[in-house]
Amino acid sequence: MSREVAILGVGMHPWGKWGRNFVEYGVHAARAALRDAGVTWQEVQYVSGAATMRCGYPGYVAGATFAQALGWQGAQINTSYAACASGSQALAAARERILSGACEVALVVGADTTPKGFLAPQPGYRPEDPDWVRFHLGITNPTYFALYARRRMDLYGATLEDFTAVKIKNAAQGVHNPNARYRRAFTREEVNKSAMVADPLRLLHVCATSDGGAALIISSLEFARRRGAAGAPRIAGISTVTPRFASAEVEMPDIATDSAVAAAGHSFRASIAARAYEEAGLGPEDLSLAEVYDLASSMELDWYEYIGLCKTGDAEALLRSGATTVGGRIPVNASGGLACFGEAVPAQALAQVCELAWQLRGQAGARQVAGAKVGITANQGLFGHGSSVIVKR
Amino acid sequence: MSAPAPAGLAAIEGWYTLEEKPHLLGTRCSACGTCYFPKQTMFCRNPQCEGTQFEEVRLSRTGRIWSYTDACYEPPAPYVAAKPFIPFVIAAVELAAEKMIVLGQVARGVELAQLRVGMAVELVLEPLYTDERGEHLVWKWRPLKDAA
Ligand SMILES: [Zn+2]
Repeated sequence: MSREVAILGVGMHPWGKWGRNFVEYGVHAARAALRDAGVTWQEVQYVSGAATMRCGYPGYVAGATFAQALGWQGAQINTSYAACASGSQALAAARERILSGACEVALVVGADTTPKGFLAPQPGYRPEDPDWVRFHLGITNPTYFALYARRRMDLYGATLEDFTAVKIKNAAQGVHNPNARYRRAFTREEVNKSAMVADPLRLLHVCATSDGGAALIISSLEFARRRGAAGAPRIAGISTVTPRFASAEVEMPDIATDSAVAAAGHSFRASIAARAYEEAGLGPEDLSLAEVYDLASSMELDWYEYIGLCKTGDAEALLRSGATTVGGRIPVNASGGLACFGEAVPAQALAQVCELAWQLRGQAGARQVAGAKVGITANQGLFGHGSSVIVKR
Repeated sequence: MSAPAPAGLAAIEGWYTLEEKPHLLGTRCSACGTCYFPKQTMFCRNPQCEGTQFEEVRLSRTGRIWSYTDACYEPPAPYVAAKPFIPFVIAAVELAAEKMIVLGQVARGVELAQLRVGMAVELVLEPLYTDERGEHLVWKWRPLKDAA
C-alpha cells in the first residue's frame, strides 16, 4: 500500500509583526488552503492544529480553536505540540489518519503571535529547568547559533562573508515572496555592519520571531484522483524522530551534552533527514530543492551537511559554488527562509511544506526552481524535537 | 574539602564545589558509567541501561574548547545583569574522560580573540552577580597558562 498522501491545497497568512490574535492568521491560512484545494470546509473530516504556548489556553488546543473559528462541523480533532516541529507533527497525525482509512481529507494548520525580544522562561529559582539555568547563566538562543558558527570557522574555514552570502542569497528570494515579512535585498556592508549579537553573528544573520499562519489540505490519493488532482504534489516521507543517546551535539536549551562514555555519540540533526529519506525511498541526489531552518544564516551551512547535500566541512565550498542559489544544482531556501520570514513556531514547518508545494506545482513565480520534482524540509526545535518532510510529484 | 573555599555563595547550590580549584558536581550511573551534568538521580537515560543507582562525581576540571562566542546584548531575566551591562565571553568545553560538552561563561579579562577550538581550559569560580547577600559564584572556563 502506498504511504503517500496528496497535498491538495496550501495557504498562508503573511508573516509580520501584526500583533493580532493568532486565530485570525490560522483561519486566514486555512481558508486560503481550502480555496486552493477546491475543498469546502464542510468536507474536512479531520482538523490537526499545531499548538502555540504563547497565546493562552486557545493556543494549547489550537486544533479545536481553529475548528471552532471556522465553525464546528463535527470533524475529528487533534492538537500537536513539538516546539519548532509542531507543524510537522500535526501533519504526521493527519497523514496517519488518512493512511489508516479513518478519513479522506484533513486540514493541518498552525499560527502564532509572538512577543518582542528574547523568549524568556518563567521567573523564580528553578534550577531543575534547563531553560532557566541557561538564561540564568546568560546563554540565549543566539549563543548556540554562534557556537556552531564559530566552530565552522575554526574547523572548516567558514568566514563572516560566507554567513553574509547566505543572508544575501535568501533575502534576494524573499523579495519575491508575498508571504515573507522582510521583502528587501541586503548589501554585504549592511549585513556585516549590523550590530554584533553573539560573535561572529550580527543582527542581520539571526532570524527574528514573527506572527504568521500556514495551512495545508491533504487527502488520500484516491480522493485527489476523484477531484481531478491526481498530479498534486505528494508527501512521500515525514520524520519526527527523537535524538539517539548519546546525543553528542550542543543543543538548546541544555548546558551540557549527553556523556558518550557508555554509548556512542550520535548527531541528532543528521538523523532527522535520514529517516525522511528512508521512508520516501529517496536520497539527497534526488532533490530539486530544500527548505532548511536558518535560525542563523550560518546554520544553513550546517543543514547542507545534515541533509546530505555535501560531506561535513564542505558546506562552504557548496555555497561558494552557487549550487544552493536558485539556478544552481540544489537551491536551498528558495522561499527566502527564516531570514525573510522570522520564526512563527507552530506555523514554520508548515510554511516550509507550502513552499515545496508551490515549487513542485510550478507556481512560485520569480522564486521558481525550474523543473522542481522533489523537495525536502528540515527543522529542529527544543527538547529533542525535529522534523523533515519530503514532497514529490 | 581540600583547599579553602573562596568567599561567596553558590549561584546554583550543589552544582559545583566551592574550592580554590573547583569541580562541577555531576552523577555517574553505577550500572553503565554514564556521567550526568546537571545531576541525574532517578534513572539512567542510556536506552541500554535500567540503572537507578547514582554516585556523585566531581567532573574533570579541565577540558578543550569545542566552540566559543560572546553575549553582546543583555540577556533577559533570570540573568542578573550589572548596570551598565558588561558583555561576556561563553565557551562550550569538551571533557575527555566524561565524553561530554559543558557550556559556561569564560573568566573575566579573557578576550574572545584569545580563544581557539581545541584550546585547553580549566574551571574557575567567579561572581555571576552580587546582591545584598553578597557575591553569587558560578563556574567559568579560563585558558590554561600554557594553552596559547
Ligand atoms: Zn546507566
